[in-house]
Amino acid sequence: MKKVYINSVASITPQKTFDNSEFLDEVIIHDNQVVSAVEPVYKDYIPPAAARRMAKGIKMGVVASKIALQEAGLENVDAIITGTGMGCLRDSEKFLSGIIDNNEQFLTPTSFIQSTHNTVGGQIALELQCKGYNFTYVHGSNSFESTLLDAKLQLELNEAENILIGGVDELADHTTKLHELIHHIKKEDITTNTLLGSKTKGSIFGEGANFFVLSNKEQESSYAEVVSVKMYNTLPLNDVVQTTLSFLKENNLTTKDLDAVVLGNNGDVEFDRFYNELTSDIFSNTQQVCYKHLIGEFNTASPFGVWIASKILKTQTLPDILKLNNKGTSSFKHILLYNQYRGENHSFTLLKTC
Amino acid sequence: MEALKQELKENIIEQLNLEDMTVADIADDDMLFGDGLALDSIDALELIVMLDKNYGIKLTDPKEGRTIFESINTMAAYIQEHRSK
Repeated sequence: MKKVYINSVASITPQKTFDNSEFLDEVIIHDNQVVSAVEPVYKDYIPPAAARRMAKGIKMGVVASKIALQEAGLENVDAIITGTGMGCLRDSEKFLSGIIDNNEQFLTPTSFIQSTHNTVGGQIALELQCKGYNFTYVHGSNSFESTLLDAKLQLELNEAENILIGGVDELADHTTKLHELIHHIKKEDITTNTLLGSKTKGSIFGEGANFFVLSNKEQESSYAEVVSVKMYNTLPLNDVVQTTLSFLKENNLTTKDLDAVVLGNNGDVEFDRFYNELTSDIFSNTQQVCYKHLIGEFNTASPFGVWIASKILKTQTLPDILKLNNKGTSSFKHILLYNQYRGENHSFTLLKTC
Repeated sequence: MEALKQELKENIIEQLNLEDMTVADIADDDMLFGDGLALDSIDALELIVMLDKNYGIKLTDPKEGRTIFESINTMAAYIQEHRSK
C-alpha cells in the first residue's frame, strides 16, 4: 500500500488563515458568541459572473480549493471529496423562508439549486472542469474525517494520485438563533482568551472552509503523512482513554511517542469532559494543543485542527495561542488529533512528519 | 414608463445578484440575454417568477419569454399592457 501525504493546505476561518505564508502570526481576539470568517477578496479567485449565485459557504469552499491546488502546483485532481455538516445553510434558509413568506407561491430556482449539500463539491468541479469522482459526506462532526478516510483508501490502493478534500460550513441567521435558543451557543459574552476555561454549557459558533490536496506522491512542499484515521459515532466517556491507547497501539505507538495532541475543546463544560479524560490522564505529560477558541465550533471545525497539525509538522513551530499546557516541546514528529461534538462523532487522526 | 424601467433595472440587479452592476450600467435597449447582460436560463426562470409576483403576470408559454425578455424596453412595454397589480 502507498503512503498518503498532505501536499497542500488552505484555510478560511474567523482568523486570517488564508495566507499560507503565515502561521497565526496575527490573532484576532473575538469577544462574541458567533464569529464570522475573515474573507479573502473573492474576485481575485472567482469570476464575478460565476460568483453572483454563490453564498458565503460556496465562495469559501471554492476559494480554499483553489488555494490548495495552487500550493500543490496542480491544475486538476483525480477526485474531489467534500465534507459538510449542514451544507449550504444560507440558501436553504432563503428558500424555506420564501415558501413561508410567499404562502408557497413565487418560488425562485436559484436558492433551491444552490441549497443542496453537494453544491460546494459541484461548484469546485465546475470551476476545475474536473469530471472525476466527486462525493460529499454529510456526517455531523465526522463529515471531514469521512472525506479523509475515503481519500486515504483510494490513494493507498493507487486508485487516484491526487485528491482534493475539504470541509466547509457557513453560519446562517435562523439556524444560529435556534442554536442560541437551545443553548448550544453560550448565553454569556466570552472572548477567545477565556473560552477554554469556561465553566458553562455551550460554545461559540464559527464557520469556515479548510481544504487539502492529498497525494500518494511526496513532494518538497508536503506537510505531513496521514498515518491513520478512525471514527466512532458513539463512544462512552469511560472508554475514551482505552480507545485512544488502542488506536495508538494499532499504529505501533505509545503516548510517549506523541509530540503533541490536538484536541477539539470548545469550552462546553458538559462535553469538554471527553478531552479532560485524556489531558488529565494519559496526555498529562504531552503538549496539548487547542484551536476552537480561535474559530468557534462547527461541524467541519476539525479540519482546521488538521491545518494546525500540518503547519506544526512542516514548520516545527507551535504558536503560544494554541497551547493548552506548556511542555516546551520543540521537535514534532507524531501528532494525534482527537475531536468530538456534544459527545458524538468521535475521530482520531494520526499525522507524522514527512 | 420611465419609472417602471428604473424599477425593473433595480429589481433585476437585486433578484439576479448582479453585484457589480448599477442601474446606470443597464441601457433600456441592452440585450438581457446573449451579448448584453449575458443572463442565462436560470435567470429567465427568476424573471418569470418576478413578473408573476410583482405584476401579476403569468407566462404560460415559455417561448413568449424570448421576446418579452429581450430588453428593458420590451419588458416594460409588456408589463404595462398586461399587469394586474
